[in-house]
Amino acid sequence: MKNIDSISHVSGKSVYVDDIPVLDNTLYALIVPATIAHGVLKKIEYTGDHSDFVRMITASDIPGENQIGSIIPDEELLSSQDIHFMGQAIAIIVAKSLNSAYMIRDEVHVEYDEYKAITDPRVAFNSGNIIGESRKFQCGDIVWADCDTIVSDRVDMGGQEHLYLETHGSYVIPTERGYKVISSTQSPSSVQKMIARVLGISMHLVEVDVNRLGGGFGGKEDQATPIACMAALAVNITDRPVKLILDRIDDLKMTGKRHPYSADYKIGMKSNKIIAYDVIFYQNAGASADLSPAVLERTLFHATNSYYIPNFKATAYSCRTNLPPNTAFRGFGGPQGMFVIEAAIDKLAEKSGIPAYVLQEANLMKNGDKFPYGQITDNLMLTDAWSKIKTIKNVYEEEIEQFNHNNKYFSKGMAIMPITFGISFTNTMMNQGSALVNIYQDGSIGLSTGAVEMGQGVNTRILQALISSFGVSADRVKMETTNTTRAINTSPSAASSTHDLNGWATLDACNQLIRRLEKLLIDEYQAGSVEFINNRVIFNDRSLSWDELIQFAFTKRVDLAAHGYYCTPDIYFDKEKEKGHPFAYYTTGVAIQMATVDIIRGTYKLDKIDIIHDSGRVMNSNLDRGQIEGALAQGLGWMLLEDLQYDDNGRLLSNALSTYKIPDINFMPDIKIEFIGANNPLGLMGSKSIGEPPLMYGIAGYFAVRNAMRNHKNIDMAYKTPLTPERILMGLFS
Amino acid sequence: MTVEFILNKETITTDINPNIPLLDFIRDHQMLKGTKIGCREGDCGACTVLLGELKNNEVIYKTITSCLTPLGNVNGRHVVTIEGLSHPDNIIQLNMISTGATQCGFCTPGFVVSLTAAAINKQNPVESLDGNICRCTGYNSIKIASQLVFDQLQDTDNLLAKNIVPQYFANIPDRLGDIKFVKNTGTTIIGGGTDLYVQKQRVLLDKQLEFSTHNSDLRYIIPDKDSIRIGAGTTMSEFISNKHISELIDTEQLKLIASTPVRNIATIAGNLVNASPIGDFSVILLALNAKILITNSTKNREISLDEFFVSYKKINLQQDEMIIEIKIPKDTIKFNFEKVSKRMYLDIASVNSACAVYTENNIIRSIRISAGGVYEIPLLLRETAEYMIAKELNEKTFKEACSIAVKEIKPISDVRGSKEYKTLLLQQLIKAHLIQLEGQQ
Ligand SMILES: Cc1cc2nc3c(=O)[nH]c(=O)nc-3n(C[C@H](O)[C@H](O)[C@H](O)COP(=O)(O)OP(=O)(O)OC[C@H]3O[C@@H](n4cnc5c(N)ncnc54)[C@H](O)[C@@H]3O)c2cc1C
Ligand code: FES
Ligand code: FES
Repeated sequence: MKNIDSISHVSGKSVYVDDIPVLDNTLYALIVPATIAHGVLKKIEYTGDHSDFVRMITASDIPGENQIGSIIPDEELLSSQDIHFMGQAIAIIVAKSLNSAYMIRDEVHVEYDEYKAITDPRVAFNSGNIIGESRKFQCGDIVWADCDTIVSDRVDMGGQEHLYLETHGSYVIPTERGYKVISSTQSPSSVQKMIARVLGISMHLVEVDVNRLGGGFGGKEDQATPIACMAALAVNITDRPVKLILDRIDDLKMTGKRHPYSADYKIGMKSNKIIAYDVIFYQNAGASADLSPAVLERTLFHATNSYYIPNFKATAYSCRTNLPPNTAFRGFGGPQGMFVIEAAIDKLAEKSGIPAYVLQEANLMKNGDKFPYGQITDNLMLTDAWSKIKTIKNVYEEEIEQFNHNNKYFSKGMAIMPITFGISFTNTMMNQGSALVNIYQDGSIGLSTGAVEMGQGVNTRILQALISSFGVSADRVKMETTNTTRAINTSPSAASSTHDLNGWATLDACNQLIRRLEKLLIDEYQAGSVEFINNRVIFNDRSLSWDELIQFAFTKRVDLAAHGYYCTPDIYFDKEKEKGHPFAYYTTGVAIQMATVDIIRGTYKLDKIDIIHDSGRVMNSNLDRGQIEGALAQGLGWMLLEDLQYDDNGRLLSNALSTYKIPDINFMPDIKIEFIGANNPLGLMGSKSIGEPPLMYGIAGYFAVRNAMRNHKNIDMAYKTPLTPERILMGLFS
Repeated sequence: MTVEFILNKETITTDINPNIPLLDFIRDHQMLKGTKIGCREGDCGACTVLLGELKNNEVIYKTITSCLTPLGNVNGRHVVTIEGLSHPDNIIQLNMISTGATQCGFCTPGFVVSLTAAAINKQNPVESLDGNICRCTGYNSIKIASQLVFDQLQDTDNLLAKNIVPQYFANIPDRLGDIKFVKNTGTTIIGGGTDLYVQKQRVLLDKQLEFSTHNSDLRYIIPDKDSIRIGAGTTMSEFISNKHISELIDTEQLKLIASTPVRNIATIAGNLVNASPIGDFSVILLALNAKILITNSTKNREISLDEFFVSYKKINLQQDEMIIEIKIPKDTIKFNFEKVSKRMYLDIASVNSACAVYTENNIIRSIRISAGGVYEIPLLLRETAEYMIAKELNEKTFKEACSIAVKEIKPISDVRGSKEYKTLLLQQLIKAHLIQLEGQQ
């Protein structure tokens, strides 16, 4: 099945927040951002007399709590005094037109006392600026004396802007029943909860409705919330509909990104087997906790990537700096954990003279191996994928050798990247989903779930599950918007788990309805076995059309609506011991990437990538490919291209699309994907979740380029991302 | 001023402020919401629309970024948005659906419009998408969809039959012919708007813009005896695809400049007047020893381009003056242009450089090397060139040239690279010139 939204997408009919026709009396809001990164707000005033000016809203106007921190309450909606990052909201301008709002905002007068900003996580760490507790995962006993090769180094990873093409936005309408909130959020229930908190009202007065997102990638998991809260606050004060859309410049300036990390490691092996790994992570959390503690935790879960390391210690600190609060981004800390171990293996390979892929293979996780946090693996397809990649590697190697032999000014290299990514929210509580299936008396069906469609195709997958259960065709079903009056207390659409949680919940609702319909057929017709297929129900020697059955059921007073619920079984995690079974299952795969470096210019080209991916039983190859290719692009972009830069004062330098570059069509390598995998009992229709894991194939891009440089000459280059043409050229000449 | 044009099927006549971006007119005044806002600075392609211009009774369609195009610039033209292209049997749309070339959908109308232009102009589909950013798909499905479209168009010239363009396109040439074009005057000359409109749309609203360059008789490329004369309103695309220009220099590298929809509107004169230290056309034309013709409507003057750039963003041009023509001498030269940026396409260079050389028996008789991103203006490396005269075109000469070049420059560290990097990179690009020029022998 193709993505069910694609017809309206290609014809430009798909509606996003900014496309909704507004009511006549709508007002337009803009956020006034702090222009310093650290300090105290002394004064803020607008003394102008613009005829379109309606209100300037500041912290003291907030009727409820001025607090939106979701894990730790450390984040004000509007600064009451302290400024923690440049771009922090200090006021909201409300005006009769958007243009006027901009003009008024330019006239707002602000005074600060400015303090020195911290932008480096290590500096923050050294001055004791830590969010929450440090975390430590540990297993075995590290004995360095047992190792025959030991290396240690520092690794630095840059951040990454989400760059969802649709910027943040919200449109809030006052209604008789409270607030109707249209928001570009991955987390409707968080928006609902926070608006209630900020306005000092109960959650039932806030209805949040999400049609679709023009991309989210984690950037709209937590950070859509303040935008919606500010629009709702403006509605509360003006009693008029308010629209608040961030333009790109504001969006880049005000919102958090993927966390930059710095790390120190020491790794040791004994004849190819890694027997000791000690790593410390310094996460650059930005100015408040946001989701950073959870991101930090996943870094630890994935610190050994796909390798079995018996003696292991990882310590992680979430460091508070004066950058915008960094947040969820596809992979959620996993990529940073994985990059460090890959860098460590690369360095081990360099020192020992043993190729990295030999070390990778020798230490690959097998089914039955235990991760440092205690979960024993099963249903991993790693070794199968690896053996397929090995065959491809031989072809790559030959091509590279020949090319490098014949070329003076260009050099090719390659790298392999295995991935093992745990599926579930690591916060066990969040692993729940719900669905509401309504069958109308003519047989047509409306399906509401807690899943937010943002391009990942979750609605299509859930629809697939529903129609396979009812045996009806897709045109009988409408996927409703995600709405907090129909799907309540939902978890954010994140952690690659959305279609599992909401899909299983849908099937639960379907099963209830099928049981009711079966009972009807047994009661009325003494039906034996009942089968739902091809828009019909077959029982005994006869059949009814689905529509006839439903009409009949209605007349017989069968309840034709069902609420379904699902919570992932058997997962738990004990934070005291840092042990448990946090994941339902693992998604795995292996990729091999080839790249060419231009020795003269220091530029590179990503030639091709082959991916062997374990998607369980593939439930939609079109969507699965799309997820792999899109995630890969983001992974490669993070590793090589996307250069997020702040200066020492905490000012974003890559502050527009002219200076922050993401992959374009020419950047991407040729991609070949082969699916392997077996039925996964915990995945929807036997599949494995695919949203985040393939991003980490992009790590192969970094090492392919590095190896291409190395194939030209020995290099002594710090492990720092992104590996831009500047770093490449400087590396070649170091 | 009254703006009259055709938007999809409809003739529009409007007196609203012609300075507003076409994008806002489409979305807010015509309520056509299929054209999206992704950046408002030409860098994402979500706002891409087709612009059709009548030339010899035929309408030439090109993609443009509607966020940077003032409404006044579409006077007398045909603007086509996704709503004006959509059709249930449109093979671009059908192939994009079948290959999964759309995920969140926000970028998708822009891609459909760009592929439409590629189909109309028989352009390489991937090249035509250099101005469209997609954050979701990783582009593979889009590449496959484009290839399928082009395979299916192999055996036909009839885009109407394939529903690439709808039936109403057939009488657009006649309808455009009926629109009388009225020239306006103003105090600020606007070319394509690709500099003026970046992050400055609101400031521009109250200005008196003169929309004449883009629409007027200043769009020509005419070879003379000794030079090629280029009208100031000539777009980058027209320059790159012109046969007289490509007889003089290899234009393949110029596709590294901006993107297709930006090149379709950005003018050469605009690039010079913008005077960015890293302007690609400034650097290219410096090496080509271009002259520029300037007028203040009472008198003309001609200066050499290397006298035009004075200091940072200061140019040899008075308030009341405008450029009307650029002249490139038709010397027999070997030419090479180098540009390195973080992303290969649609990115501003960290350093760029152009080199034009005339040799006899491999001895350099004349040479001009320019460099961008290493000084406050686009720089002609005079001393470097001087040193190279009468020397052999070889590694030794170029190596020594590098050591002189680094003394002529004053790069600063910024978001596009550290000064150490830029210094090294310029030397590497000079080496690259040699490799490329030797390859041309
Ligand atoms: C997304 C994007 C990518 C870009 N990439 C590149 C790139 O790779 N390389 C590069 O070099 N540039 C790039 N640019 C910059 C830009 O496209 C060029 O500088 C362009 O040539 C400007 O031309 P224009 O006609 O659009 O100028 P406008 O914005 O219309 O005008 C620019 C200035 O020139 C003046 N002007 C215009 N015509 C005349 C005239 N005839 N006489 C006197 N003054 C005049 C205007 O008053 C204004 O001050 C990019 C721009 C964008 C938006
Ligand atoms: S909105 Fe991004 S190019 Fe116009
Ligand atoms: S489909 Fe989402 S940006 Fe392209």
